[in-house]
Amino acid sequence: MLAGPGAYGYELKQSLEHEFADVLPALNRGQIYMTLGRLERDGLVTAEAVAGDSRGKRVYQLTESGRTELTDWIGRPIPAERFKDQFFMKFVVVAAAGLATPRRLIGLQRREYLRTLRELDTRLDAGDQTLASELLVEGAVLHLKADLEWLDLIEQRMEDQGAYA
Amino acid sequence: MTHVLEARDLVKTYDVDGVGTPALRGVSLTIDQGEFVAVMGPSGCGKSTLLNLLAGFDRPTGGEVWLDGERIDGWSEARLARMRRGKVGFVFQFFNLVPTLTVGENVELPLRLVGRRRAAARRVCGELLGDLGLPGKRDTAPYLLSGGEQQRVALARALANDPAIVLADEPTGNLDSSAAREVLVLLRRARDRGQTLFVVTHDARVAAAADRVLSMRDGMLVDEADLEVGVGRLPGSGGQR
Repeated sequence: MLAGPGAYGYELKQSLEHEFADVLPALNRGQIYMTLGRLERDGLVTAEAVAGDSRGKRVYQLTESGRTELTDWIGRPIPAERFKDQFFMKFVVVAAAGLATPRRLIGLQRREYLRTLRELDTRLDAGDQTLASELLVEGAVLHLKADLEWLDLIEQRMEDQGAYA
Repeated sequence: MTHVLEARDLVKTYDVDGVGTPALRGVSLTIDQGEFVAVMGPSGCGKSTLLNLLAGFDRPTGGEVWLDGERIDGWSEARLARMRRGKVGFVFQFFNLVPTLTVGENVELPLRLVGRRRAAARRVCGELLGDLGLPGKRDTAPYLLSGGEQQRVALARALANDPAIVLADEPTGNLDSSAAREVLVLLRRARDRGQTLFVVTHDARVAAAADRVLSMRDGMLVDEADLEVGVGRLPGSGGQR
């Protein structure tokens, strides 16, 4: 978005919100300006004050090295996250400490995933999202289905090992 | 209160080359009027066996099946068939429409089987096909329809007699994801109109649409998730002060 002729922070916030309107919570202004500040510090964008604007409105624009960084970023795939899962970390440590049974933890988590899945499907039924929002929800649905299958697998494998209580 | 469907300690053992192989190892459950209950589990966990016993397609080795206030597990084949025609609607994975009949004739079939007049059957059929998004398909042959449309016809047929319960076995198992979603929306709509539904599935999306999800493993129910907590339920279905 910065690659164009330059934009205000407020415009950036609005166009992001437009794409993901119904799915993501409204962005907070601080996040936008903090990110822009960091990019400015690293020399990737310039921020020009608007002449005659008393509120200190600034126009952001990519620098030459910003443009190079952008090209690199576009050419790099986003690394796949593999081992990050908050539920599983909780599951392992809580079960190891004997603070709750695996059955209870899995049961709780299964409800959470199923309820979220239901909520996402209801959202898709409403059918009033932008394409980007809809695809984001579809992606979340597929991830949830995999998470549910994973719970089944954990349950099954622990049962086979006689470790499921 | 009488449950629409109840299983008490159901056991089913199949004889495989003289060796008793357990498919169900003591399953108890109840389904109330207007509830949408799903059973999930990996293939081979016994969920289809459970559905077959509840529908009276097969007899349990032990335990009881109660449908609409009557114990049906010892009934004769003929009596079960009569009961099913009036009280149970079925949706199968492979649609099971009669290929030599038109769409309309398929939907009217259960109505004609219980002795409804042709004109009444046609009217109900027309309403159902309209409801399920298939107006104008009445005279079409089933094989000319897509999988999703065929399953919607099957659902119309299952709902035709206003059954006490609809039993569905993997209703989205043979559909692509958008057709599966259409069927899912219709199942949920039937439930919202008060239809009692029992669905066996390994599609988490179908399960998530239910009020209650039972997880099955090795012939036993291992978990039960109530998904309706905090969501408005019909008066009389619990939760009143």
